[in-house]
Amino acid sequence: MLIRGLRPPLRDETENVMAVTAASPGACLPERGCSRTMTESSELDLIARILNGEEHLFHELIRPCERTAYMAAFGVLKNQADAEDVAQEATIKAFRALKSFRGEAKFGTWLLSIVLNEARGKLRQRSRMPLESLDGKPEEQEDFTPFPLADWREIPSEFLERAELQKRIETAIEELIPSYREVFLLRDKEERSIEEIAQIVGVSTALVKVRLFRARMALQKQLAPYLKQQIGGRRKRFSWMGARP
Amino acid sequence: MDGSQALKLSCKHVWSYISDYIDDSVSAEERAAIEEHLEHCEICSAILDSVHNILVLTADERIFHLPIGYSDRLHARIEAALRGGESPSSLPER
Ligand SMILES: [Zn+2]
Repeated sequence: MLIRGLRPPLRDETENVMAVTAASPGACLPERGCSRTMTESSELDLIARILNGEEHLFHELIRPCERTAYMAAFGVLKNQADAEDVAQEATIKAFRALKSFRGEAKFGTWLLSIVLNEARGKLRQRSRMPLESLDGKPEEQEDFTPFPLADWREIPSEFLERAELQKRIETAIEELIPSYREVFLLRDKEERSIEEIAQIVGVSTALVKVRLFRARMALQKQLAPYLKQQIGGRRKRFSWMGARP
Repeated sequence: MDGSQALKLSCKHVWSYISDYIDDSVSAEERAAIEEHLEHCEICSAILDSVHNILVLTADERIFHLPIGYSDRLHARIEAALRGGESPSSLPER
């Protein structure tokens, strides 16, 4: 479950510009893993007990990771039903293979790499295309300059009650190229650390950062003009209506 | 300027740092230079705010919410595996 409000609040437009820079965004983002409700040693204890016959404890082991397992699969497959299937399959696989878990990574990191493998397998199956041709889209050819803005009025989360706004955001994320979307969801939805994402995805932290940067810029470019309208447009219409005799 | 070699950034530079800045993975020197720029540049401040805003919205559980009953079905599946007498085997699966 995500704890909302971990990120610092956006600058209120009445505050001066310096205020936004006073607190470093992200500085208060803790590293969040599956084991955030579980210390590493209690995780290992739990695994030892499961392997010693208390298998029902696997429910407890999986609980802190189950949401991210779904989201990681969804990042690859963009389909609810398929993502749920994959999360289930990967969970059962992890259970069967639990003895081979060596504790070099956190359990969650290990599980999520299984999820990604499963999801990619399913995608291959579904599209009957070799993975290379899916991943083969050039990562370089886009332009990652942001949409220019003179000011920004915060869109509060309550605006997500509007189905259209919600849909626009989801669509923009779905349209990211797969390797960006995977990393983006793990970081900005699931708040995994860059290091953990690198382990899960199997690439360098530098590449994770590049993909993340591009995903975020692409989303800004795609969404900022629309979101700006959501707030700015209302104000305009209101004053226009008020001006009528 | 007091003659020290402070890092001066263009808007384009600042954009390239936005993502790392949000993740707090810039050096102290870079951070200072970025913040110095943001103090004077409304465009970069607005862009940073917009990215930040989009990330806050994305993190909301209404975006890509979990399928209803997902957790129950997952645990039912685990239960079925347990009842089916499955146990963690030593065979590596991957
Ligand atoms: Zn600037």
